[in-house]
Amino acid sequence: MARVVVDVMLKPEILDPQGQAVAGALPRLGFTGIASVRQGKRFELEVDGEVTDEVLARVREAAATVLSNPVIEDVVDVRVETVETAAAGA
Amino acid sequence: MRVGVVTFPGSLDDRDAARAVRIAGAEAVQLWHADADLHKVDAVVLPGGFSYGDYLRAGAIARFAPVMGPLVDAARGGLPVLGICNGFQVLCESHLLPGALVRNDHRKFVCRDQALLIESASTVWTSSYSAGQEIVVPLKNGEGGYVADERTLDELEAEGRVVVRYLGANPNGSYRAIAGISNAAGNVVGLMPHPEHATERGFGPDPRSGTDGLDGLGFFTSVLDAMVAA
Repeated sequence: MARVVVDVMLKPEILDPQGQAVAGALPRLGFTGIASVRQGKRFELEVDGEVTDEVLARVREAAATVLSNPVIEDVVDVRVETVETAAAGA
Repeated sequence: MRVGVVTFPGSLDDRDAARAVRIAGAEAVQLWHADADLHKVDAVVLPGGFSYGDYLRAGAIARFAPVMGPLVDAARGGLPVLGICNGFQVLCESHLLPGALVRNDHRKFVCRDQALLIESASTVWTSSYSAGQEIVVPLKNGEGGYVADERTLDELEAEGRVVVRYLGANPNGSYRAIAGISNAAGNVVGLMPHPEHATERGFGPDPRSGTDGLDGLGFFTSVLDAMVAA
């Protein structure tokens, strides 16, 4: 089993009120020195079998058409992650 | 005269939209998200609400509902389609209208009687109004900020496709105070405010705001006039 991770962020020119709210809360909790926060989305897609170039191309297509809205968002990264096999026994 | 109102999982204002259709004098036809059939309606309303919980992005999953297949084709062919609030978000996600709706810039849900300027009376959904007319209808949204790139905004303005604009303070950070737009043909209109909530005396905006509370009815009578004329 392999995992493809897709990161989506609002375009830099689109206002991010969620990120602003987080940025406003940080200093109240003592986390100072953070100039700004922008919040994005991470999708983890578990893929059946091997991640071939073809599979990755399909994921990129899904990322560009469904997982993100190109009017307001950018797909900033699509990468393959190896999924650790669950340790045997308990 | 049959006007369909689509119900998605999470739609809230489908009943009110159907009621507005009936008050305007048409037959309201319930359309179901999972039924890829428009049942020969003459026009369609995509109502407000939170289809699919606004998961992923508002309107993003509703766009792929079975009913949207024939709806998108029919809209491209000239079928009158009105998207209100979540319906507007669905129309943008479906690429029937340009741009997108994002979270309100002030981070709060807004719910109030909203003054609007009708800028275009030449769409099938606004012909009952006159350009320059002021109306007051309810506005209630969390993700109502209309955004598009500068080129698209200029194009909308130049082609007279800004249908309604917010009057007074911008309630949600919409670019150029845009409350509603149309496609190039004028048969597809989307807007954030809720005309269907201002169609019956005593149930619309507060009369103290200087309105009789029926300012939204024109959207529904407009499409009837258009169909009678056709």
